[in-house]
Amino acid sequence: MNTTSIMIVGVGGQGTLLASKLLGNVLLKQGYDVKLSEVHGMSQRGGSVVTYVRYGEKVYSPVVDLGEADVILSFELLESARWIGYLKKGGRLITNTHQTPPMPVITGAATYPENIAEKLSAKAEVIALDALPLAEQAGSAKAVNVVLIGVLSKLMPFPEEVWLQAIEETVPPKFLEMNQKAFQLGRNCR
Amino acid sequence: MKKLLLGNAAVARGLYEVGVRFVSAYPGTPSTEITEQAALYDELYAEWAPNEKVALESAIGASLAGARSFCAMKHVGLNVAADPLFTASYTGVNAGLVIAVADDPGMHSSQNEQDSRHYAVAAKVPMLEPSDSAECLEFVKAAYALSEEYDTPVLLRTCTRVAHSQSMVELSDRVEPPLKDYVKNPPKYVAAPANAVRRHVAVEDRTLKLQALAETTGLNRVEKGDGKLGFVTSGTAYLYVKEVFPEASVLKLGLVNPLPVETIRAFSETVERLIVVEELDGVIESHLRSHGIRVDGGKDLFGLLGELSQSKLKKAMGVALPESVAFDEPVPGRPPVMCPGCPHRGLFTVLSKLKLTVLGDIGCYTLGSAAPLTAIDSVVCMGASIGMTHGFTKVRPEAAKSTVAVIGDSTFMHSGITGLVNVAYNQGVSTVLILDNAITGMTGHQQNPTTGMTLKQQPTVAIRIEDVCHAVGFGRVRVVDPQDMQAVETALKEELAADEPSAIIVRRPCMLLKYVKPNPPLSVDPEKCKGCKSCMKIGCPAISFADKKASVDATICVGCGLCEQMCKFGAFEKKEG
Repeated sequence: MNTTSIMIVGVGGQGTLLASKLLGNVLLKQGYDVKLSEVHGMSQRGGSVVTYVRYGEKVYSPVVDLGEADVILSFELLESARWIGYLKKGGRLITNTHQTPPMPVITGAATYPENIAEKLSAKAEVIALDALPLAEQAGSAKAVNVVLIGVLSKLMPFPEEVWLQAIEETVPPKFLEMNQKAFQLGRNCR
Repeated sequence: MKKLLLGNAAVARGLYEVGVRFVSAYPGTPSTEITEQAALYDELYAEWAPNEKVALESAIGASLAGARSFCAMKHVGLNVAADPLFTASYTGVNAGLVIAVADDPGMHSSQNEQDSRHYAVAAKVPMLEPSDSAECLEFVKAAYALSEEYDTPVLLRTCTRVAHSQSMVELSDRVEPPLKDYVKNPPKYVAAPANAVRRHVAVEDRTLKLQALAETTGLNRVEKGDGKLGFVTSGTAYLYVKEVFPEASVLKLGLVNPLPVETIRAFSETVERLIVVEELDGVIESHLRSHGIRVDGGKDLFGLLGELSQSKLKKAMGVALPESVAFDEPVPGRPPVMCPGCPHRGLFTVLSKLKLTVLGDIGCYTLGSAAPLTAIDSVVCMGASIGMTHGFTKVRPEAAKSTVAVIGDSTFMHSGITGLVNVAYNQGVSTVLILDNAITGMTGHQQNPTTGMTLKQQPTVAIRIEDVCHAVGFGRVRVVDPQDMQAVETALKEELAADEPSAIIVRRPCMLLKYVKPNPPLSVDPEKCKGCKSCMKIGCPAISFADKKASVDATICVGCGLCEQMCKFGAFEKKEG
């Protein structure tokens, strides 16, 4: 089989690393060769962050490049606009509609584009949702990442149990129930 | 057993399996997790050293004593450790000694993108370069075998995409080689001129032997393709080549110094076009050209800047890029920022307000250079702030009243203390601000000599920064809380006015530390907000401005209250818990 490429993009501190760890765990259980690429350090301090996840029979490059992503899972709307060029023709974007203005917007040096989700929907297949209320419903605003993984799970051909098992193995026990709930809310949101 | 491991974790696993006993390092992205992961194995002694030079010297000592030893650093860390490296090349080792150095092409988290391979060439030591996590583990083992067989330190070069990518690794058990005997041998281990003259002969002799090895080692391999295109490559560049040109012939180098010149020459004769693909400098390419090997493409195609990638290869080689979607409007950048509640914010707000000349240093607080604070004038390298302030104010004495050095606790321990000694000894008048946030922040919360904890989470002596300042001869030493901006301003004005060196320890723990509990978020009373934007000067990501009023993002506000101090109209309100 060919290599499948997924990108998880967001803002440093949103929990993209946990999401990619969870996804990697699921793919491993399916017996694929898997590569994940993360960025640590300075860009994590509220900067634009991206994690690449690639799987298949044999994966070489750990990064996804322009026009190569089958799915982009975006935690923040502006980041969807930033990374959309990486989406393959016919690929799918799952985007949180939550907006976190970056510093150039806060200082007034730049403006946050309007109606990003609608504009992107005209060009690609877009699933847009506000994950924050669902995360809060699950018990914490921090569970946005697992809500979005729930949405992604619906697009992928793997059984639900594998995802639940991966969650159990990835999150600390005291947050397990909340994350299970967050996953279900994401998975069943449409 | 197979496992998905980060490249750095795979290096650490290699250390465990090959029987390493001693690990010393200073944190630096993208190398940090090697040491953190190594510390999780009870069988390995692992420590944070105050800097890379001390880490390498400690590892040299442990190797001399007969233990397989290791240290890790980022590319610029090797500049600090270069002194011991160059001479350890002459003394050689007793038990194996391996130094991992992680380059950061593209500068995801670094101040330059130097290519560490030059160090291997200059210090005349072998260098291995893995492409993925499995090779990280395998090459660590190969490095120890090389180190002991050829009596040399060995460099293991990774880069961000190897260090911070996860891929499959096959795990095995640890071997436990006994400590090698320590035998006193001054002609080998005392690098005094008379001995070193003879050791240099040994180094050149070793290089010849390593060159011969390079031609036969399994670390380098030819993957035969259709012969039209032939790539000589290594590390991540190999992965991009395989991704874009699966049909091509490839000579993959695992040993990148010394290079297998004759193997490459023979390979070049089997392909129509020989292309060298390497990240950063044209180290392989120059070497091949100097040996008269035909190179049909290299840095002329790929350039010297940044990371390589599939698309960069495609563009350079005239391969069409896949169709993609575009967003047609400008997308504002999202540079990293100080976190909400960051203790550095209050200090930099005051520095910005007073329009001081600020010579900065390496850490989270380097973010004080970004808008809207734009408080920092220059940042060069670890520890440079203090030396630079000294030089700046020596030649512009009048500037001493408006110039400060800003350095973090861990960076101060790394290489700030000698700068402080220089100021005191040479009767400078510098004002030095030491930002003590109780942790090494930017690299992700590592302990350091001021925190009272070791890498293995054991309590230890906590070096008091104020005692160090006094001990080197600073008479004026005071402590302020950056949360109290008025107190910071008063302290700065008083110390800048003093005609002697002074140190201000700006102390408050990092907001991300587990024991630091956030306060309830603030909110804005729109009736009281006059839209003056004073609160926007602190560069807090939780505050934004809409409809001429400030508002607070309650999901990220930690209630530090700096905005409240900025507001003249009392518009910020604390929510009742």
